[in-house]
Amino acid sequence: MIKVDNVSKHFGGVKAVDGVSFEVESQENLILLGTSGCGKTTTLKMINRLIEPASGSIYIDDKNIMDQKPEILRRGIGYVLQNNGLFPHYTVAQNIAVVPNLLKWDKQKTEKRTAELMEKLHLDASYLSVYPNELSGGQQQRIGLARALVSDPPVLLMDEPFGALDNVTRSKIHAEFKALDELKRKTIIMVTHDVQEAFELGDRICLMDKGKIIQSGTPAQLLFDPVNDFVKDFLKEQRLLLEFKTITVRSLWHLLPSDEEIKEVGSGILVNNKDNLWAVLERATFLKPKRLNMVDLENKEAKTVSFESLMAAFYQYKNHQAHE
Amino acid sequence: MNEQQQTLWQFIQQQSGKLQEQTLQHIGLTFISLCIAVLVGLPLGILIVRRKRLAGLVLGIAGVLQTIPSIALLGFMIPLLGIGPKPAIVALLLYALLPIIRNTYTGILGVDPAVKEAALAMGMSKWQILFKVELPLAMPVIFAGIRTATVINVGVATLASLIAAGGLGEFIFGGISLNNTNMILAGAIPSALLAVIFDLLLSMVQKISFKKLKRVIYVFPILLIVLCLFYIVPAKSEGKLVAGFTPEFMGRQDGDLGLRSKYGLKIHTIVISDAVMYKAAFEKHLDVISGYSTDGRLKAYDLVVLDDDKHIFPPYYAAPIVRDDVLKKFPDLEPTLNLLADKINDSVMTVLNYRTDYLHQSPERVAKDFLVANKLWRPEKGGSDGIVRIGSKIFGEQYILANMYSMLIKGYTDHEVSTKTGLGGTKICFDALTNNQIDFYPEYTGTGLLAILQASPKTVNEVTVNRDSTYNYVQRQFESKYQIKWLKPIGFNNAYALMMRQQQARQLRIKTISNLKQFLDRK
Repeated sequence: MIKVDNVSKHFGGVKAVDGVSFEVESQENLILLGTSGCGKTTTLKMINRLIEPASGSIYIDDKNIMDQKPEILRRGIGYVLQNNGLFPHYTVAQNIAVVPNLLKWDKQKTEKRTAELMEKLHLDASYLSVYPNELSGGQQQRIGLARALVSDPPVLLMDEPFGALDNVTRSKIHAEFKALDELKRKTIIMVTHDVQEAFELGDRICLMDKGKIIQSGTPAQLLFDPVNDFVKDFLKEQRLLLEFKTITVRSLWHLLPSDEEIKEVGSGILVNNKDNLWAVLERATFLKPKRLNMVDLENKEAKTVSFESLMAAFYQYKNHQAHE
Repeated sequence: MNEQQQTLWQFIQQQSGKLQEQTLQHIGLTFISLCIAVLVGLPLGILIVRRKRLAGLVLGIAGVLQTIPSIALLGFMIPLLGIGPKPAIVALLLYALLPIIRNTYTGILGVDPAVKEAALAMGMSKWQILFKVELPLAMPVIFAGIRTATVINVGVATLASLIAAGGLGEFIFGGISLNNTNMILAGAIPSALLAVIFDLLLSMVQKISFKKLKRVIYVFPILLIVLCLFYIVPAKSEGKLVAGFTPEFMGRQDGDLGLRSKYGLKIHTIVISDAVMYKAAFEKHLDVISGYSTDGRLKAYDLVVLDDDKHIFPPYYAAPIVRDDVLKKFPDLEPTLNLLADKINDSVMTVLNYRTDYLHQSPERVAKDFLVANKLWRPEKGGSDGIVRIGSKIFGEQYILANMYSMLIKGYTDHEVSTKTGLGGTKICFDALTNNQIDFYPEYTGTGLLAILQASPKTVNEVTVNRDSTYNYVQRQFESKYQIKWLKPIGFNNAYALMMRQQQARQLRIKTISNLKQFLDRK
């Protein structure tokens, strides 16, 4: 879908991006992760030509982006900024209608699409006539997202989209983000410096440093198969949390006992094998169940295990990954 | 209080037609130049945002223009564009440029970069970003610039009257030279009010929300153009003669008013400063001007005085006027000043003026040459017995006289001298004398009679029959009213006169003011 091939960019003598290559599959979420100044934002902005690459080439659907007029190219790519970049002199409705107007949609089509998005993003229709500065940060960010999605572009570029939000609002929006079916159909490249966010939202992650990609792969690959110490150190602080979030019940299934006898009497909870460990832990600490009823809906299997067995399986899995 | 004293309100009522005309001219001048300044400044401001390398240069030039004193800028315009509305509008335009360019530049640069990036990323073109994002968001700052420019222009436009472009300056400068406070205020108050009102109106526009602003943006240019239309450019009517009179002459009984009432002279008249009037006549921008009969430029520009056959210009014999207490303090002053009595006649004075005004010799040298030639000059005694303060009005002849008196006092007495030359008009000079800021200055009998004493028309008729009766009347009145003494007249009569280019006068066979009237009526 998107192919970035050996792209470089210099600002003065400084190499901001140095020979970066990666590919993004259709409907995949790729995260560009790294500290400030690692070149991730520059890389992102080269994809919609906000910054022109010095060398290398970028293809979207096998078409070189340099062969298109930048305005036309950009109208087909959604873009979400950290500080939302909403027009302060436009109402919410006018802000959302910017791209439709550029594409010369008729008014009815724009209104219908706007109403649809407002509902999907849990925004009241009464907000349409207010100005952005009358909204909260989370609401503004949702409007920014609506603006990027309104013309239903196949590609979405997001530059630290949730960076300016407080933690509570951010985790709420993360949940919505993952649930939004509009986004499931999109090919998304997102820039972030937040490791948790990257692991939570990304199908694949490119970890960047000093203008180069250090490692790119799935969250599990980065966690359990780091290419060097930089990657290991980068994830060190939140390692346990990331592991819980990355490992699903499904990947532990073969390590779980199938005929465990639980003597204690007490309530149980139902666990889907698609859940990650973090989700199970959250519920378990809250409900204190004596048994976990695991189900694998695809293979129509079920296992009932104790909490201790689940943890044992987790450590076994980790050991196994480390020695592989 | 004498009978002619009137209140400001009466003056305004009496002159309401003129006041209205001048106010509209003033508004017109301000807004025509503002309009052009916006048309030039806005694109320039946008250009230097796009080409930052030009920014320093453009803002630098506009800044330098801003620092040029307004009267000097008007002066620069005359050789380039002559007199009248054209140079005035250009000068005002140049003043309005800086705030407009600068605020457009900073306004656009001040737009949140995230908003600009969003606009770009959504696929807006450069022009769409300019008109839909940058300009609307910079509008409050740009408006602030326009507001500043408007207020500057209302102020500077008062000076436009000095180069015959009309406006409320006509009353202000006329009032200063005529010693007429009402006239000054009748010009000053409306122009101050205009500045305040426009500033208020524009500040209201500035505060309007984005939503309403969109509507206002269309109304504003229309309003601007309507305001411009107030300025009906005084068109030079085909084939007729054009007169240029000083603001002082316009308001005087022995000036334009007398020409109308006694001669019935009707001529297309524009108001112009004395400083540029003669040159404008020489360069054929004007045909008839109100000058002084001893002015050196008469000779320099080959002008001829029209005979005042109905005697409306009273005699203007020059003599020093001194406060009585000064004469008491310096007993030897009076005989010293009287050394010049009857020494300079009209033609001598014209030559002396010619040497300073046209040959640009220093008044000091001209004064010394004259004193030496007449065997009046003595070297300085270098005494230190008190300081005599000499005043003079702001034209060449007065500078020469002040220098002569200074040399005489230094040569004949033990007093020191300080000179305060260049005191604007009669009012400023006379106020300086009565307020004990100067001790004496050369004044003219006609000015004393009309501008200072403001004698009734009846009295004027009676006492202006000859030189001595005028002199005697002002001498008596000044003594009793102000305790100021008129010393002996110097000899020349620097009366008002109408003058034309010699060649044109000969061609049209105009010798007297009556001839001029007949010629105008024939057309």
